[in-house]
Amino acid sequence: MSLFTIDFQTAKVKAAIASAAIGTSILLTGCGSSSSHDSTVDMRTYEINVSNVTPNQPFSPIAVILHTSGYQAWVDGEAASTALEVLAEGGDNSSLLSDASDHSAYLASDSGAGAIGPGNYESIQLEVDAQNGASLSVVTMLVNTNDAYTGINATSLADLASGESVSYRTPVWDAGTESDTEAAGTIPGPADVGGEGFNAARSDSSDRVHFHSGVISNQDGLSGSVLTADHRFDNPAAVITITRLN
Amino acid sequence: MNIKKTVIATMLGLSAVSANVQAEQFTVQIENLTNGIFFTPLLVAAHDSSTKLFQTGTSANASLEAMAEGGDISGLVADIAGTSPTTVENPAVGLLAPGANTTTSMLDTDGTANNYLSIVGMLLPTNDGFVGLNSWEIPSTAGTYSFTINGYDAGTEANDELTASIPAPIDFGTGTGGTGVATSDSNTNVHIHRGSIGDDNSTSGISDLDNSVHRWLNPIARITVVVQ
Repeated sequence: MSLFTIDFQTAKVKAAIASAAIGTSILLTGCGSSSSHDSTVDMRTYEINVSNVTPNQPFSPIAVILHTSGYQAWVDGEAASTALEVLAEGGDNSSLLSDASDHSAYLASDSGAGAIGPGNYESIQLEVDAQNGASLSVVTMLVNTNDAYTGINATSLADLASGESVSYRTPVWDAGTESDTEAAGTIPGPADVGGEGFNAARSDSSDRVHFHSGVISNQDGLSGSVLTADHRFDNPAAVITITRLN
Repeated sequence: MNIKKTVIATMLGLSAVSANVQAEQFTVQIENLTNGIFFTPLLVAAHDSSTKLFQTGTSANASLEAMAEGGDISGLVADIAGTSPTTVENPAVGLLAPGANTTTSMLDTDGTANNYLSIVGMLLPTNDGFVGLNSWEIPSTAGTYSFTINGYDAGTEANDELTASIPAPIDFGTGTGGTGVATSDSNTNVHIHRGSIGDDNSTSGISDLDNSVHRWLNPIARITVVVQ
């Protein structure tokens, strides 16, 4: 048992060092949009790093939300909110961020500065009152798909000590709001120039969030697809590392 | 890493046996998070450290084969009965549909060495795919524990993806006229399923499965264990 504990802590420390090194070497870091606080309040700063590890699925600008318990960006097996649909079909995170900021559990949020290309990453820092016990949600669309997204849904950061970091390798979900036709004109990403993003019609056979079954492509048996083997992906799609800076 | 894990598992196993009691009451929720794959009646078993329902890299026994090819868990139940496991059979009372979830009744392992959780159920429509969890150590600390699990291939039947080879208690939307994707398994031991390939032609092509419905990527299910 002690062996396991030591090993685990070592791994965490290593991850923290690696993440800190990355954090200082780039200047992408955005300022959190947390509201002003009394200077005597004990604040915590979290750095959220989202790395795109897909072959050719750019990520739409990330939505990063810190909140207390009670907020979820989605519920597996249930219908997606309209805000999630807007993000998952068109890459537009404004509705999701707006809805979150209206939620009673909201603490702070920010949008990524832009799309995150395959092989790239972006870091965002958010500051919250330590007393609130933060959880994290992150959502971003895989833009060369009909309605695929990846992220983190209401993961508690309560166990994260100062200076520690934790990494998640995240799978891809299907919002269940648009049929995965992969057809020309239906995909907002660069693989389908001029393709449509959000459409309020719910055209999937079952209107519920589930794990994505992957891009098929026109090179692997879907004759009507505008996507090629290059756009296929496997899980995980992203590595999301959260570091508590203080 | 493997050696370390083995050592740790052995240590834990021994300590569990010597203590012999680890008061546990818990429920297990299984969520089917696939697009279009059904789970057959699930076997949820808390058991001791030496019992396994399946193990990757080893040949499936006849009971595992019967579960993975036909959805019959009775052989596995009989196989482990001698170790006095704590089990729930068929918590969903039939097929667990895509998007659906089921939660077991309270499992009580108080006074037993049943500190490891395993789960199996066949994936339909597949030839011999199954959703599996192998010997997850059940925490003794009260709390909610959530994680995802994968689809496995029993390695006992070629993945021809033909309707004639796949049980169909309900209509899964499979087609006809496929020529057959595969005639044998390259890996005849239990392994991670490569996923079905399907095609977009319901009356010919290589597969009777629909590539827009019956494919999946791992993971395929979420397990949530609530320890009292």
